[in-house]
Amino acid sequence: MSQIDLALQQDESTSEHAYASRSQWKMMVSRFKKNKRAMVGFWMVVFCVTVALLAPWVAPYDPIEQNMQIMLEGPSLSHPFGTDEFGRDILSRIIHGTQISLMTGIVGVLIAVILGVALGTISGYFGGLADTLIMRIMDIFMAFPSFLLALAIVSVLGPGMINVMIAIGIFSVPTFARLSRSSVISIKDKEYIEAVKAMGGSNLHIIIKHVIPNSIAPIIVLSSMRIATAIITAAGLSFLGMGAQPPTPEWGAMLSTGREYLRVAPHVSTMPGLAIMFLVLGFNMLGDGLRDALDPKMKL
Amino acid sequence: MFAYIVKRLLQVIPTLIGVSILTFFLIHAVPGDPARMIAGPEASAEEVAEVREHLGLDQPLYVQYGKYVSNLLKGDLGVSLRSERPVLDEIMGRFPSTITLTVMAIAVMVVIGLFAGIFSATRPNSLIDNVTMMVSLFGISLPVFWLGLMLILLFSYYLNLLPSGGNDGFSHFILPALALGLSSSAILARLTRSSMLEVINQDFVRTARAKGVKEKLVVYKHTLKNALIPIVTIIGLEFGTLLGGAVLTETVFSINGLGRFIIQSIQFRDYPSIQGSILFVAAIFVIVNLLVDLCYGLVDPRVKYE
Repeated sequence: MSQIDLALQQDESTSEHAYASRSQWKMMVSRFKKNKRAMVGFWMVVFCVTVALLAPWVAPYDPIEQNMQIMLEGPSLSHPFGTDEFGRDILSRIIHGTQISLMTGIVGVLIAVILGVALGTISGYFGGLADTLIMRIMDIFMAFPSFLLALAIVSVLGPGMINVMIAIGIFSVPTFARLSRSSVISIKDKEYIEAVKAMGGSNLHIIIKHVIPNSIAPIIVLSSMRIATAIITAAGLSFLGMGAQPPTPEWGAMLSTGREYLRVAPHVSTMPGLAIMFLVLGFNMLGDGLRDALDPKMKL
Repeated sequence: MFAYIVKRLLQVIPTLIGVSILTFFLIHAVPGDPARMIAGPEASAEEVAEVREHLGLDQPLYVQYGKYVSNLLKGDLGVSLRSERPVLDEIMGRFPSTITLTVMAIAVMVVIGLFAGIFSATRPNSLIDNVTMMVSLFGISLPVFWLGLMLILLFSYYLNLLPSGGNDGFSHFILPALALGLSSSAILARLTRSSMLEVINQDFVRTARAKGVKEKLVVYKHTLKNALIPIVTIIGLEFGTLLGGAVLTETVFSINGLGRFIIQSIQFRDYPSIQGSILFVAAIFVIVNLLVDLCYGLVDPRVKYE
């Protein structure tokens, strides 16, 4: 068969493949849209992202501006969520905090996806010594309770949101590596991969153009769920004083300071907690919906 | 069976060695000079040198690791920089509180999670099932430290029913265990439901019903028993989550446990204590998962130990 024939055949198979994946994509979207809970989750996340993007314009007050005359005031018309121990408007702080929580969750998971998918793909595609070595290292990371591992990493790197993102990224790597490895193993012997190999496609080309795009679906689902975990973990680390430092309006840190005024001004810690729950619930519902839409039998 | 136990025990050894390497390197991953970090920014050069020598940081890495492991094997986790007492003694003094809290949280998780899951699975897609699953979704999304504060607010401040902190008796652990266990019970409820639903439509369950077996027996003896493996696995894995979550719960409820010790050690840059405690908790987690593995045979006789 000439090179041209091969190229033509490849073109046909690619367009067929593209057609199949397009209709698969349509089916997935329609399944997702029918799932009420998933749609609610989707809109909750969209709402939070919008609030985060528009924070400077929608927040009624400056999140760090102090006003000692109105400290620890309960919810009122001028301050719907009340004020904190420095008289700062809690609603404005929560609105600005959305940026931090979303950013931490997304960047943390992105670090994990990049490292995890790279390691998992190498492991699954090449097998052998690389596989054994990578997976044993992942096993060791999984031997640590995840929150404790994040805490240990932050304790070494020092407090701060960037280090929290790194910690979240590192402790989530094994989960992504394992999932990515198993999906790569399930597709690496498929005919279309064999075909590209037979045509002389390099390993790097096969991995980037064919293996990763075809094994990414479960990774997307897992990412949505892990963002939820990441947001809670980051808030937990800040609650312990290991994440955002004052006066940053981070939800976990706000909860932590509110703890001291729990008896006299419970709204100071109640409101940031509700905000965390809202955003995390949104991502969890979205993740559940994505999982059901992609493959109802998928176990994650 | 015996051979399997030995084999699994041997498999744990490389994991523990890996865990020890990782915790050993914790101190070396500190940006800059670890001795300077530990001694503090105002310490003189002599003090930094003293810390370096005291912790053996002036020796080659392999020597340091060799010494670290040989000490570990003797049960020596080093000396706390804060209290100057052996780290193992510090851990052992606090571990009973942490393990009491964790075990009580496991009890909360199993009782609520298992029954909610069974309840949902036996009434699939009913209103009750939907409500239970929605509540569990809320449960998963709750930060444990916030739930703890809300429980204190309700049960200690408003209702005056339970103490808000400390570890003097059983009643002091009720709220922390609830705060810690509820979120995990939501995870267990979801898993129990899906695991039971996979079994409940199988032929042998239909046969049991057709034979006229009582519904209770069908649910508990035929269905649940066959759905137990993933349930037991998640209980083992959640043990780790709970041990980690104990750090937060102990802080919220002022329990003098291992979690709070870790936080205090981090604040004091007491690296031997951080290293020792994290290694200790990881070892406990590895052992619990080994026990879970060994339980599979008891749960499901079809599991062959080969």
